[in-house]
Amino acid sequence: MTFSADLGLAYPELILAIGAMVLLVLGAFAPKAGRLVGWGGVLVLAAAAFQAATGPFGRGFAGGMIADDASAFAQVAIFASSAISIPLGQRWFERRGVHNFEFPVLIVLAALGMGMMASAGDLISLYVGVELHSLALYVLAAMHRDNAKASEAGLKYFVLGALSSGLLLYGASLVYGFAGSTLFSDIAVAVKHGANTGVLFGLVFLICGLAFKVSAAPFHMWTPDVYEGAPTPVVGFFAAAPKLAAMVLFARLLAEGFGGAIPQWQQVLVVLGLISVGVGAFAGLAQKNLKRLWAYSSIANVGYAIIGLSAGTAEGVQSMLIFMVLYMVDVTGFFACLAALKRQGRDMETFDDMAGLFKEQPGIALAMTAFSLSALGLPPFSGFWAKLFVFKAALNAGLPVAAALGLVGSVVAAFYYLRLIKVMWFDGATGVTDTPPVEAKTIAIGLALFTFPIVLGALIWIYPAADRAARAFGLA
Amino acid sequence: MPILSLITYAPLLGVAGILALRLFGKADDPKSVEASKWIALVTTLATLALSVLLVVQFNPNDAGFQFNETAPWFAGLNYRMGVDGISVLFVLLNAFLMPICIVASWKAIEKRVLEYMIAFLILETLVTGVFVSLDIIQFYIFFEFGLVPMFLIIGIWGGQRRVYAAFKFFLYTLLGSVLMLAAILAMIGISHTSSIPELMTYHFDPAVQTWLWLAFFASFAVKMPMWPVHTWLPDAHVEAPTAGSVILAGILLKLGGYGFMRFSLPMFPQASHLFTPLIFALSVIAIVYTSLVAFRQVDIKKLIAYSSVAHMGFVTMGIFSGTPTGEQGALFQMLSHGVISGALFLCVGVVYDRMHTREIAFYGGIVTRMPWYAATFMLFTMGNVGLPGTSGFVGEILTMTGTYGVSTWTAIVAATGVIFSAVYALSLYRRVVFGTIVNPKLADIGDLDWREVAIFAPLIAATLVLGVQPGLIMNLTQASADHLVSAYQAAIGG
Repeated sequence: MTFSADLGLAYPELILAIGAMVLLVLGAFAPKAGRLVGWGGVLVLAAAAFQAATGPFGRGFAGGMIADDASAFAQVAIFASSAISIPLGQRWFERRGVHNFEFPVLIVLAALGMGMMASAGDLISLYVGVELHSLALYVLAAMHRDNAKASEAGLKYFVLGALSSGLLLYGASLVYGFAGSTLFSDIAVAVKHGANTGVLFGLVFLICGLAFKVSAAPFHMWTPDVYEGAPTPVVGFFAAAPKLAAMVLFARLLAEGFGGAIPQWQQVLVVLGLISVGVGAFAGLAQKNLKRLWAYSSIANVGYAIIGLSAGTAEGVQSMLIFMVLYMVDVTGFFACLAALKRQGRDMETFDDMAGLFKEQPGIALAMTAFSLSALGLPPFSGFWAKLFVFKAALNAGLPVAAALGLVGSVVAAFYYLRLIKVMWFDGATGVTDTPPVEAKTIAIGLALFTFPIVLGALIWIYPAADRAARAFGLA
Repeated sequence: MPILSLITYAPLLGVAGILALRLFGKADDPKSVEASKWIALVTTLATLALSVLLVVQFNPNDAGFQFNETAPWFAGLNYRMGVDGISVLFVLLNAFLMPICIVASWKAIEKRVLEYMIAFLILETLVTGVFVSLDIIQFYIFFEFGLVPMFLIIGIWGGQRRVYAAFKFFLYTLLGSVLMLAAILAMIGISHTSSIPELMTYHFDPAVQTWLWLAFFASFAVKMPMWPVHTWLPDAHVEAPTAGSVILAGILLKLGGYGFMRFSLPMFPQASHLFTPLIFALSVIAIVYTSLVAFRQVDIKKLIAYSSVAHMGFVTMGIFSGTPTGEQGALFQMLSHGVISGALFLCVGVVYDRMHTREIAFYGGIVTRMPWYAATFMLFTMGNVGLPGTSGFVGEILTMTGTYGVSTWTAIVAATGVIFSAVYALSLYRRVVFGTIVNPKLADIGDLDWREVAIFAPLIAATLVLGVQPGLIMNLTQASADHLVSAYQAAIGG
């Protein structure tokens, strides 16, 4: 392939990179233009998403970059989710006296890293993508710098993230040493008949590193602390899109690079998934802070996505993609609700704060109910469809025990989602809530409407799109 | 005309109307509260009219599904609706009880009336959807989502321990349901179809059947509820508002029996045959044990709740007898229990609205102050006992007759349950209604008003008419019940 054809594949990333630079310069020279930079960021992300959906497909840069149905699917979802978080987060910071233009720029840079993760074709672009998005996220987590908890969260995120990057690199170097190449397609040739001990060792390290990024148990320790400390809209952002990006990368690495060793990584993933479901369900029961609770909920949900992936079939990858996209809507919407709520000038973050919310903010309470029921997996909300396809894939792949245990885990987790509904609907209010900001309320209610009923129509489109994306990985 | 979709979604029109009231008016505005009640009543009555139309048009000689509607969806799923002799009367029962519930709540519900009416209308849609769905995933959606409005009805408008009861109700049922979901997914994976009529003719491997049957059993046994997973029911009943109890006993409990007849028996005949002794044992324990438990209760509602568990024992026994008489009896018993137990909870509601206690010891001698009420309560107590001439008798005698040929001992022990039911029901009646008034608070308790008469009149009529003319129901259920039994007997080689 010629260099210009290679560049053609990278247009979405190029748009984001150049866009981020332009916005940075604009912000630096016109410090009052924060909102303009924000809308510019939304525009850049929309353009990149459009380019990803329509752009040329193929392999470029000697196989280091892959643009196909899978990367297009993931990038559209990632860029859309990033675009939503810009107005949400920027206004939130403005109301707290933090007027900065860096927020949208950092989101665009994170989106660039995630876009690279979705289209990575070798271990090097994998690492570059992961680092690029992680560095942006560390800064975002600590952005509310007058807040001690936020700074703590940022530091924790950074230290543990660096550790996981180390694991990734170590695994990558082992795989390179034993397989003789960093390209996924070359690794696939080397492990065609199963992985030898050395490659397997490297693979396990790679899995551990990625499990850190998606916060699967037992690599989840950072999640509750970071979620609790980081600014609410930022949590809504990094609980959604980065997880999808990491899961797509996960799927591509395992399917394209280690497609010959499915039985070997399948057992690792099943265990990882079930531990995550268990930890997320049981540890969530003891939480009082909703951000921490949702951290455990995200651990459990990532567990389900991993169970879907562990099927090792195209159906499994498809179910994982559907799961992550639908989950992104839930989690973004839930944190939009939290970002919208204040009681007498104080952020509402605990169960007790939510008492009687239905009487005061029926719209937001209904939206939060929808997100909770969806995360619980109750039909007809989107979370039900997400889990449905995951369990179907697991059963069809001959993993009935994993599917059954996963289902039982969802009943345990049901308790804390119901508790939130109980507090909002059954209890009396303890104080007056402030009027919620328009943009957060709009986003929350819009996403709640997606959870139900829009999802019933949207799935007609998402389902085949995820199917095409999953087939791009070349699994059976 | 897609009449089934119309019946299912008609209540949602009422929801839209009340939502418009809520959005454009104030929540506590007495005018919109009053309007919301009327909207709910008119919508439920319109649904009832459509349901009556459905039953009138129903062809009783056709054992298959009628009024079919099919539309493709995604992922190989279909939107599919239809009714047969087993489900059509449940649609009518649901539509029949809903307006009664709305009228019964007219004055008893004072807070958040708009939301209450919305919850009931949504519940009506969901319950109808369960009975008319012919795609198994669609069935599951309606079945499972029905938990949410009931959870809110118990939790918001319930009594003292409403939160505990609501959680217990939800989590018990959810645990059963997710196991059923796993089985549903496995069935779709094996047979490559989600259509209920196709699954009914698909032959699953007997070893697989056992697991699938157990998973479905987990869900339906909780819904039914069967001993020993019945403990959520008394709590839910006691804490729910009156109309909530009516819906719970009248319709939601029937989902379990309907599920056994729609899924367990036709889809897993070998497994059903294998587990019949287990079902018989649990049914008999339910009939005898919970009758004795009912006798010891001090709370009127709890007593009736336990009696529901006992009556449902007859239903499971009849279903798994695998005889035409047993199936017909089980269906009849479910419909009749829907009317009678609903009416009994309304009877409790009448005195509870006046005195705000359900303690049996509080009452006594109210016959002197409330003669009409005493007569009404007497009729339904007799129906509950199974007195010939009331609808309660027909179901019990048919299930026992049907079972007698299959397992004589089961039928004989179950027959003692009829005596036990007379013991607890009559002693309840005596303690509440007869005697002289000791409690001074009862001195000026008023008799039934016109609204309450209007509630009870259709229930009384249904109890008596079905008691003397059971053929009205039997004609409709006959063909489908026979078809179910012949397919079942052919599959187990009997």
